Amino acid sequence: MLHTKSLAEMARDLKARKVSSEELTRAFLERIERFNPRLNAFITVLKDQALKEARAADLVIAAGRGGPLTGVPMVHKDIFCTAGIKTSCGSKMLDNFVAPYDATVVERMKRAGMVLLGKANMDEFAMGSSNETSFYGPVKNPWDETRVPGGSSGGSAAAVAARLTPAATATDTGGSIRQPAALTGVTGIKPTYGRVSRYGIVAFASSLDQAGIITYTAEDAAMIMSIMAGFDERDSTSVDRPVPDYAAELGQSMQGLRIGVPKEFFDKGLDPNVAEATRDAIKVYEKLGAVVKDVSLPNFMLSVPTYYVVAPAECSSNLARFDGVRYGYRCKDPVDLTDLYMRSRGEGFGAEVKRRIMTGTYVLSAGYYDAYYIKAQKTRTLIRQDFIEAFKSVDLILGPTTPTPAFKLGEKTDDPVTMYLNDIYANGVNLAGLPGMSIPAGFVDGLPIGLQLIGNYFDESRMLAAAHQYQRQTDWHTRLPKGYES
Amino acid sequence: MSLTPDDVKSIARLARLAIAEQDIPAYAKNLSSILEFVAQLEQADTASVQAMAHPLVGVPPRLREDQVTEQVDRDRYQANAPQAEAGLYLVPKVME
Repeated sequence: MLHTKSLAEMARDLKARKVSSEELTRAFLERIERFNPRLNAFITVLKDQALKEARAADLVIAAGRGGPLTGVPMVHKDIFCTAGIKTSCGSKMLDNFVAPYDATVVERMKRAGMVLLGKANMDEFAMGSSNETSFYGPVKNPWDETRVPGGSSGGSAAAVAARLTPAATATDTGGSIRQPAALTGVTGIKPTYGRVSRYGIVAFASSLDQAGIITYTAEDAAMIMSIMAGFDERDSTSVDRPVPDYAAELGQSMQGLRIGVPKEFFDKGLDPNVAEATRDAIKVYEKLGAVVKDVSLPNFMLSVPTYYVVAPAECSSNLARFDGVRYGYRCKDPVDLTDLYMRSRGEGFGAEVKRRIMTGTYVLSAGYYDAYYIKAQKTRTLIRQDFIEAFKSVDLILGPTTPTPAFKLGEKTDDPVTMYLNDIYANGVNLAGLPGMSIPAGFVDGLPIGLQLIGNYFDESRMLAAAHQYQRQTDWHTRLPKGYES
Repeated sequence: MSLTPDDVKSIARLARLAIAEQDIPAYAKNLSSILEFVAQLEQADTASVQAMAHPLVGVPPRLREDQVTEQVDRDRYQANAPQAEAGLYLVPKVME
């Protein structure tokens, strides 16, 4: 039952030579082979390479040169460039793309001796909240295979939830780590904007994108964050600040911690059962000595509309690079250059990506730029100021991650706005650039739900500690979906 | 804000996206509902509010010395090109 241990326990067992990296890697590869046909969580499985890396890690450990994560298996979302390995971003556009270099995050995990099991499925170009926009087909939620795992990091979340890997990288532009983590009952962290390098991550919306990790526990996330985070001169938005030893700071006391609960998060739109479970989760903190009080984010309702101007605008600009000339998909028999551009892009991108590019093109076009784009940049300031004001009197903000548990596959695909509202509690955190997490906080109708933690800028350490303290009092994070236990 | 099929065609043209004729009405409907949804921003009072472009407000952009930091391996990069020859990317003829 190697897969039921947490990543932190696996790392300790590897160090103590109770288990080898090869044994662990084999165990997860076997689970992937057994369960992935049901879940479709992977785009690429790297069996031979993973075993080779595992054997190399075992030699390093045997020589006494192992680090804290040497030999621990993991998965990358298919948005991270991996040298020599297909990096599709869930799109037909990049179905034939083999990354010529490693993303900084990939490089750092390699350097730490971690073993790459494969690349996770995702919404196309990270645009989606259900993993239904992937060119490779939808990912299923292991808690109920007729339901979505959330998105865009749906493959990463489903793979961790089904224990096909102890950890998977992910990215979060408007909730893409936290929302799938909530809907599949796992732990996900989106760090502060600028905390983790984005070099080598396919860009979606550059003022919002941030990379993080999905794991079983907050302790696992803390261990990985310590190697993922940090300055990178190759990313111009990377912030040069020291990286704390997050795992060493997990013991912080909750005594006297000031927790704010935004009253707007509990207004209409929130499933009453999710509201109740969220309030129960917050009570755990009161028992630990935290002081819980109401806070207000008066411009909260502006966050989704602001996001759906800013993110499409930036996406239309970033995705202009896919032109059918230098890499990626090219249409058959183009008659001239314009035809080549138009058909390569029209055939290479899926419907949701095209919708977002067109929305972005429209809001940036002459005559509409001020009314939409500049206006959204201003409402973005209001959203950010609300958080700054709230953090004057609290240390941490808590609330639901999503308004409902996982919905059915196909339920929201015809109505983009209804789909977008799934990230109603998530979008504002990206617009402000704050760190956020989702941790398992109970079940509604047999489906997992998440508690969202929002920290102050660069205060991941306190957020992770709060998540860890909650997990010491509860066992939601240890539950496995039926049929995936052994 | 309601977009007509002709609006969609002109936006698609600006974005260099070929959209099949039969898909135009669906895009018109969906894009209109998105624009209608974001129109609620109009109600926000932003008269004295500064626009922000990214979360690193007040952090000056970081510059570095203009030095060569890596060697470009053209063949490796061009291995991903749909059509390349003798170090050049090939496209349809642009001039007669």
